[in-house]
Amino acid sequence: MKSKIRALVLRTAGTNCDVETVFALELVGFKVGLVHINQLKSLAPYDIFVIPGGFTYGDDIAAGKILANELKFRLKDEIRKFVESGKLVIGICNGFQVLAKLGLLPSGKISEQTVTLTNNLSGKFQCEWVKLKVDSQKCIFTKGLDEFELPIAHAEGRFVAKPRIIKELQVNNQIVLRYSGYNPNGSIDDIAGICDPSGRIFGLMPHPERFIFKTQHPRWSSAKQEPLGLLIFKNAINYFKKSPTFG
Amino acid sequence: MWRVEVEKIDNVEGESIKKDILDLGIKVDKVEVINVYLLFGEISQKEVQKIAEELLTDKVWETYKINQKSKIKNQKLHIVEIAYNPGVMDPTEASAIKGIRDLGIKEVTSVKTAKKYLITDSISDRELELVANKLLFNPTVQHIVKPDARLPASPASPMSQGGPKLQRGEPSVGQEEVLPKTPAGYFNLVYIDLLDVGDKELLAISKNNQLGLNLTELKRIQQYFKNLNRNPTDIELETIAQTWSEHCVHKTFKSRIKFGGKFIEPLFSTIKKVTSELNLPFCVSVFKDNAGIVKFTNGYNICFKVETHNHPSALEPYGGAGTGIGGVIRDTLGAGLGAKPILNTDVFCFGPPDYQAKKLPKGTLHPKRVMKGVVAGVRDYGNKLGIPTANGAVLFDERYVGNPVVYCGNVGLIPKDKCGEEIVPGDLVVLIGGRTGRDGIHGVTFASGELTAKSEAISSGAVQIGNPIMEKKVIDVLIQARDKGLYRAITDCGGGGLSSAVGELASSCGAIVDLEKVPLKYKGLSYCEIWISEAQERMIIFVPPRKLNQLLKLCSSEDLPATVIGKLTNDKKLRLKYHDKKVGELDMEFLHQGVPLKTKIASWKKPHFKEPDFPEPSDLTPYLLKILSSLNVCSKEWVIRQYDHEVQGGSVIKPLVGANGPGDACVARPLLDSNYGIVVGCGINPRYGEIDPYWMAGSAIDEALRNVVAVGADPKRVAILDNFSWGNPDNEERLGELVRAVQGCYMAAKAYGTPFISGKDSLNNEYRVGNKTISIPPTLLISAIGIIEDVNKSISSDLKSPGDLIYIIGKTYNELGGSHYYYVQGYKGNDVPEIRTKNSLIFKSLHKAIKAGLIRACHDCSEGGIGVACAEMCFAGEIGMQISLSNVPQAARQLTGEPRLRRGEKIKRNDKLLFSESNTRFIVEVSRENQAKFEKLMSGDFAKLGVTDESDELKIFGLNGNFILKAKIRELKEAWQKPLKLI
Repeated sequence: MKSKIRALVLRTAGTNCDVETVFALELVGFKVGLVHINQLKSLAPYDIFVIPGGFTYGDDIAAGKILANELKFRLKDEIRKFVESGKLVIGICNGFQVLAKLGLLPSGKISEQTVTLTNNLSGKFQCEWVKLKVDSQKCIFTKGLDEFELPIAHAEGRFVAKPRIIKELQVNNQIVLRYSGYNPNGSIDDIAGICDPSGRIFGLMPHPERFIFKTQHPRWSSAKQEPLGLLIFKNAINYFKKSPTFG
Repeated sequence: MWRVEVEKIDNVEGESIKKDILDLGIKVDKVEVINVYLLFGEISQKEVQKIAEELLTDKVWETYKINQKSKIKNQKLHIVEIAYNPGVMDPTEASAIKGIRDLGIKEVTSVKTAKKYLITDSISDRELELVANKLLFNPTVQHIVKPDARLPASPASPMSQGGPKLQRGEPSVGQEEVLPKTPAGYFNLVYIDLLDVGDKELLAISKNNQLGLNLTELKRIQQYFKNLNRNPTDIELETIAQTWSEHCVHKTFKSRIKFGGKFIEPLFSTIKKVTSELNLPFCVSVFKDNAGIVKFTNGYNICFKVETHNHPSALEPYGGAGTGIGGVIRDTLGAGLGAKPILNTDVFCFGPPDYQAKKLPKGTLHPKRVMKGVVAGVRDYGNKLGIPTANGAVLFDERYVGNPVVYCGNVGLIPKDKCGEEIVPGDLVVLIGGRTGRDGIHGVTFASGELTAKSEAISSGAVQIGNPIMEKKVIDVLIQARDKGLYRAITDCGGGGLSSAVGELASSCGAIVDLEKVPLKYKGLSYCEIWISEAQERMIIFVPPRKLNQLLKLCSSEDLPATVIGKLTNDKKLRLKYHDKKVGELDMEFLHQGVPLKTKIASWKKPHFKEPDFPEPSDLTPYLLKILSSLNVCSKEWVIRQYDHEVQGGSVIKPLVGANGPGDACVARPLLDSNYGIVVGCGINPRYGEIDPYWMAGSAIDEALRNVVAVGADPKRVAILDNFSWGNPDNEERLGELVRAVQGCYMAAKAYGTPFISGKDSLNNEYRVGNKTISIPPTLLISAIGIIEDVNKSISSDLKSPGDLIYIIGKTYNELGGSHYYYVQGYKGNDVPEIRTKNSLIFKSLHKAIKAGLIRACHDCSEGGIGVACAEMCFAGEIGMQISLSNVPQAARQLTGEPRLRRGEKIKRNDKLLFSESNTRFIVEVSRENQAKFEKLMSGDFAKLGVTDESDELKIFGLNGNFILKAKIRELKEAWQKPLKLI
């Protein structure tokens, strides 16, 4: 039976993790539309809004900035209505940078930007697998996950904000994912991913769509590996399956 | 014009530059980096404020200033501002303009960027100049913005001698005229007087116009125009020079060669003969398209191409390497009807990073800067395109100081039914992608000549900065257009620009091109510059007229420029027009078949190096550590981690395996719904080539095949690519080495059943310092592409568990010529590893064992032989091992050619046995339960060496049963990781 639960994967110049993100969403049962921003008129037909990784507009000026502005000026009302109707939003890597610059994270609304992702302390692009720990039960995307591994691949992944904002995030349980044992980029409080107060908007630097087969793990041939990245997408579809509107 | 300066709250970039300055021996207190945006157009202060606040500044972590000077607090503050030269691509411009339009501000006409460095310390002008020249900018593409507003803002002319002078002080508002100032275009048809001139004048014409043509060629051209009874126009001459350049037509590889007094067939024929004689059904398209194509799954084929980008990378490492990877990606995109790029591979050869700065030849950049720039160039381009860079190698040798070698490769995935092209007269010539500027004029003639201290000045136009996002857009749209059947043929604009792309793709029918239709970056280009510009990120497609509207609509839906610039004809002529005036007309046949090929003379005499003579050390531990720490063997993690090797989600065997040990080859699953995988590996060893290029070629093929078979590729379905980077082919000995190498390629590829499907040669890799010419060592790269039917069966080299058995497969010979064991002691030796044709059986039986699931880990023996292979397997798996050398299968070398002393004897020394670099050998881990099955299945030479254990050590016993090596795994890994860790 064809799924009725629809995902929008947004792409534009420089998006480059769209194909594997679409694949992961389809694998768990979403009906996926991969849409170029020039063709995107309305978010209404979709249930989850996914901004995948990449280098939108070359990361020129600052990573995710130009796409964030474009969304803000063209689709502000659409996004507001989408979020208010209880639907889901996830931004992965460059997508997280976009959500932060939109202000959608951590506040849940398009608003003044309060957090950002800036240059890694190493000053370099880094591609490696990292250990992560789920530290909040607030986010619907990370239900059932505790400690697991995912790859990161970014040059601007250091989560920073004013101490007051960090404190708020801590108090409100919005810090969903932390780097565990090793902090690859110098993020404050080891932050790898946060959600909005409702737990329905999630942004993370690591790539869950890159761990949907065991063979993607660097040590798959020496130890049994559960592809736990997939669980993040499963949680998303389960959210809709359990909700009364979708049955 | 408005000036906006944006500064980060912290100073990560400045700190890293401070470290680089320290590397120059200069200590400074502080370095701050500021991003400068110059906005042009009729905009108000309020609008600028809006742009600064809502687009240019990240309010959480950055601050901005509009039209304000930095406060000069004290005399110790030095300001250096760097901007791109006019005409050089500034990749941020287009994105910034888009961002500004999104804000609703339409009046900004142009945006330029610059970087401002604030350096605090009391350093001298000379030191400051050194810092700027060595670290902050490259005059080939950038200049220092002059601080005095009243001075005309003339950027450093590339022709000026020495670097631009630094001046203290703050650049004032409004004077940074970095907008390209190009003369207004006017039409002036230029004829070159060629008909009645003598040899001397002919050569002068070639030299003055940077045509790179030799006298025979010039006379052939003269004859052609004499028959037409007219002089050529500049554009005609340029077109011929480009088409006939070594870079485009590969004259050396196609020429008749007299070798050792006898005529031999052209080198290109020898290479192609392997493929035609093997006649394997998995080869789909070889040596004719932009990339070789082989079969993959039922629905898809794969194509593979490797290119060199040596000369541009020597002058401008970042731009040179970036456009190198950008160019080879367009090769696979231009293969068949267009393949989707799925994997990059990069192999670099640099001078040693610790090379003494004062020894550096004039006009060359320091190897460390070349290395950092090349890696950053490939990183930024490859990562932004979302193509995993998953395979490669980095080598070091002093002779690469003036002429680095940069190989960039790309694998593409293409539907089976999209592999053929159709050339139909009447179809439209459509140019897709970036605009055309003065970039890369004479790139191919530059690439075909040798580098000199003046290259930087003369050839600056040949070097460019790429714009990866434009290329990403081109890929995104062309793959859709391909699947909709909107065009019938495609090729890339690479070396030679439109001239090469249109000239070649339309060679069978003819074409007419209206040059004024080509979209330009700025006014003022002549028709000839438009035709030969090598501006990046452009493709040519041939579109049936009835599909044009659909194509243009698709392109514009993703903001991708597409323009009809001409039409295919059937008169077999290339006709060029500019605003309806004829500027050139050439017969395709003359252009493509007319190049006169010279007979070349080659000779080769085996060199004899001093044979090392030293007693056998009793403890080999320090030697193993030394080899692990040698630059060619040590960990390249510093490079690898800067590349995204996970994007597209297909990675199975990564460049680093287990606990960051070295992998043999990469395995990727390009179709996420299929278990089929592609396997990519390479072989390269210039040290062997100094002794004998024939065996270097054999060893490179063996190594490439070893690497892909070790991870699980089927040896019956491996195809290979040859890439030669060589010295001057007019030098008899250089050419002789090339002949030897090509003959070695034929022998080995034929024996192993690995067809060549594509290749490229880059000659004249020489560097002149005064009267002395330094040639790079003969550098042959063999890249292999294989297939694995089930990626779940791929094997990595890290040990899997204690208590397993360790075997060696293949025989060891007394072959230490060119080995790393000799090298770390300052020797070369003469017994270079050979290959044995019957060894193809070894590959087959190992593959059978892998397929049967009997192998837990596998690693090939290459530099450092058994010793290095075992050490790497231990620290990659974090598992101990103990082995004995007494069972290692051995054989005496056969007497081939001139007799030598040590031939015909087995090895009696532990050091030689442990470190010999004989080909076709593997170390494998087998569980005890599979011992009987494994031993039964393997045929030929293999032996049990020992076991893996719970210890944290590698222990090796010698021929007499005594300890010859014992080392902690941690210590081995540290030695291997240390050298390039802190670059």
